[in-house]
Amino acid sequence: MTRFLKLLIRNRLAALGGAVILAVVVLALITPLLPLQAPNVTNTADRFIRPFSPGHLLGTDHLGRDLLSRLLWGTRLSLAVGASAAVIAAVIGAAVGIVAGYFGGRIDNVIMRLVDMLMAFPYILLALAIVAALGPGLMNALIAVAAVNVPFFARNIRGITVGIAGREFVDAARLAGMGHGRIILFEILPNVVPVIVIAMSTTIGWMILETAGLSFLGLGSQPPQADLGSMLGEARAALIAAPHTSVVPGAMILAIVMGINLLGDGVRDALDPRLRSGALTRPMPATSVRRETVPAPQGGGVLQLADLETRFEIGPRIYRAVNKVSLEVAPGECLGIIGESGSGKSVTALSIMGLVASPPGVITGGAAYYRGDDLIGAPYRRLRSLRGDRIAYIFQDPQATLHPLYRVGDQLAEAIRVHHSISRAEAEDRAIDLLTAVRIPNAESRARAYPHELSGGMRQRVGIAMAMANDPDIIIADEPTTALDVTVQAQILSLLDDLRRERGLAIIFITHDFGVVAQLCDRVAVMYAGRIVEEGPTGTVLDAPAHPYTRRLIACVPELGQGRRRLEAIPGLPPAVDRLPAGCAFAPRCDKARDACTAGDIALERAGARAVRCLFPEETLT
Amino acid sequence: MTLALRLDNLSKTFTVGKPLFGKPKALVRAVRPMDLEVQTGETLGIVGESGCGKSTLARMLVGLIPPSTGSIEIDGAALDNADPAVFGRRIQYVFQDPISSLNPRKTIRQIIEVPLKRLHGMDRAARAARISEIFAAVNLREEFLDRYPHEFSGGQAQRIGIARALAANASILILDEPVSALDVSVQAQVLNLLADLKAEFGLTYLFITHDLAVVEAVSDRIAVLYFGTLVELGRAERIFNAPKHPYTRLLAGSAPVVGRPLTAPEGRETELPDPLNPPPGCAFAARCSRATDLCRTQEPRLTRQGEDQFAACHHPLEP
Repeated sequence: MTRFLKLLIRNRLAALGGAVILAVVVLALITPLLPLQAPNVTNTADRFIRPFSPGHLLGTDHLGRDLLSRLLWGTRLSLAVGASAAVIAAVIGAAVGIVAGYFGGRIDNVIMRLVDMLMAFPYILLALAIVAALGPGLMNALIAVAAVNVPFFARNIRGITVGIAGREFVDAARLAGMGHGRIILFEILPNVVPVIVIAMSTTIGWMILETAGLSFLGLGSQPPQADLGSMLGEARAALIAAPHTSVVPGAMILAIVMGINLLGDGVRDALDPRLRSGALTRPMPATSVRRETVPAPQGGGVLQLADLETRFEIGPRIYRAVNKVSLEVAPGECLGIIGESGSGKSVTALSIMGLVASPPGVITGGAAYYRGDDLIGAPYRRLRSLRGDRIAYIFQDPQATLHPLYRVGDQLAEAIRVHHSISRAEAEDRAIDLLTAVRIPNAESRARAYPHELSGGMRQRVGIAMAMANDPDIIIADEPTTALDVTVQAQILSLLDDLRRERGLAIIFITHDFGVVAQLCDRVAVMYAGRIVEEGPTGTVLDAPAHPYTRRLIACVPELGQGRRRLEAIPGLPPAVDRLPAGCAFAPRCDKARDACTAGDIALERAGARAVRCLFPEETLT
Repeated sequence: MTLALRLDNLSKTFTVGKPLFGKPKALVRAVRPMDLEVQTGETLGIVGESGCGKSTLARMLVGLIPPSTGSIEIDGAALDNADPAVFGRRIQYVFQDPISSLNPRKTIRQIIEVPLKRLHGMDRAARAARISEIFAAVNLREEFLDRYPHEFSGGQAQRIGIARALAANASILILDEPVSALDVSVQAQVLNLLADLKAEFGLTYLFITHDLAVVEAVSDRIAVLYFGTLVELGRAERIFNAPKHPYTRLLAGSAPVVGRPLTAPEGRETELPDPLNPPPGCAFAARCSRATDLCRTQEPRLTRQGEDQFAACHHPLEP
């Protein structure tokens, strides 16, 4: 809650809106206590007194009534009516929406068609019709405004409920013996309330306006009772002669509605989970860099990482996601990076091209040399010209990386035309060639398909085709087969293997699956808590792991063909990278740990092609 | 040995694009008529690729969706009542995504208490005692009870999901990809925990997964599903070493195994059949090198192959 308020206040416009609304509400609440003149007492002798006159701070209206008094009493009434209308519309709309969204099927269909019918009328006409049927009066205006706004809430809440009703915890609640009523009240409603609050905060301003509109037309509050709309309506006749009678209520309406809308937008932003991370801004086009020294390139390889360090800085916490990682990959080579979630393997890959979202990501050290040029801190234009051209990525979920509204052939053609000035027709031909190269049957007709029309395996082939589009030197594949079935995975892996052999591609393959690493990769680096703990040729690392973590990680993965057995689990959890222990991060889970392991930094010891970060390795490297 | 679960001719057909009135545009046979028996104390693994109907089958078994045909028997008594609260006392479900299966706005205690209250009508003191017992069984500290789901790691959340399933005191647990969302080191912890719980409480498991190595490591018998059909059923230690159905062989051959060279065991262009336009005969025929005209016209039935292996194939593989 305090976090929510902090976020809200950081948004200056929202804070301003909040202050205005707070002031107006407080004034409305204390109106009966203020020494005001009676709002409805007429005194025609004093009509149209200008503002700032003695006895009448804001002047008087056409019947000589004190405008300040009428304004405050009217505001009180307008706020009360608008707020009640909002609450009524929210309660009814939310109930309708939840029922429709939860039960779905025919109930949903019928309810939503009725709601659609309500929405088919222009709202002011509908409100007029309702008031005409019920007769004028503030209460009826309130009913009309609430009724007109029910569809907005119903549709909004239904959409959210459909998503929640499909979540597994709702099924779990049914299996735990809860009936529909209880599920709606205790499982769904608590998850919908924030959305209702957001919807209310953004619509309450409208409702006050609509109520004022009806009163303006003489259908809402009846004379002599004042509300903001009727004050405006009565002042209309003297608009030229005594403009202050219109300006006073008009300014109040403006202040209230603007204030509520600014505050409402702020509330929405602060409650939006995507903005929760503290970043109310869009990420920058490239990761920000803040490093003091730049390590010199050593060794060869088409891509070389030297002591790369990437951190996430969220409030006072610093997450050391990538902690001095050095790697290199040669043309035609496949380097595997293996690790559990949170080990920093994806962030390492994204840091190379400055794709880590900033804020909160910052590259605080190291370098990434592509053919001798440092990519870290390179100008955005340079990065952009390399992204997808010389260094391409394949991501885990092709459904999320392909644009759903464009045909896959056009997306491929665009990827080529961004980097090469060739004609559209040429690019399209090239796209079809690429789809054929990744062995998509009927490439010509598939090029005209939308992503959702393809199966997961086919979509990932399109992802690979896009990575191949500009004949890159390096492909960085981040768990590209994790979301796929085993038979499809086998097809994709052998495709990648062929491509690198045919074209001399360097592949960095990120995975958590030892079987995949063993089949595809020449070398493998094992990551734990942001650091490389072991590195070497795949065969020797898997046969004779040197780091205890590697050995035990291999042991806890069941392997096909070994039959039923008890697995050797590693107790405990990987450490959080914002509170790394001193020394070896694996020591708390390691059965070989001694005092020396937690005493200080442990270096990555190299011996020939292999390297290990352990004081007491399982194997002595030669 | 007694039967814990018996499925007789169980099937599910979904309608696609059904208008408010009138006939639906198409039918999808997610699970084709299936007979299956599970012994008490057994772990039956169910494997198959996405779209093979394994989750539909599981959801039918716990009453979350009503079957189109057929019946389910638990411990010899038919379950024709589609009320999940009745199912809930006899068969429970552990979900794939541990975080999404816990309501983010409720504390762990509120979540675990629901089955105790609703299914067993326990009072507050009895609930507290039972919760301590269950939490001890799944190695969770009781101080977790007043926290919210987002504060837990995947492995801990999955233990909470298992604890909730145990709380219902059902004898059969459906485990729907219970470790797929977990890291490998945590996966082993949860699999071992499941094995311990099974021995301690005499549970029967249906273990659904797409991971062949995991299913082989935990199951007594394994059922292989393809396109809604049970294509092969056999002992876990034999089914991938000596498959009878060509699809099982393809699955076993596709799994990445350390020390086996990378090969695509079949042509690279093949795709799953279209559920809206299913092929006649055997659904696997288009991907199968042994397919004949018989396969393309007539659906094979599940028949005994050797001692305790069954396969639905006109031309089963020789040992």
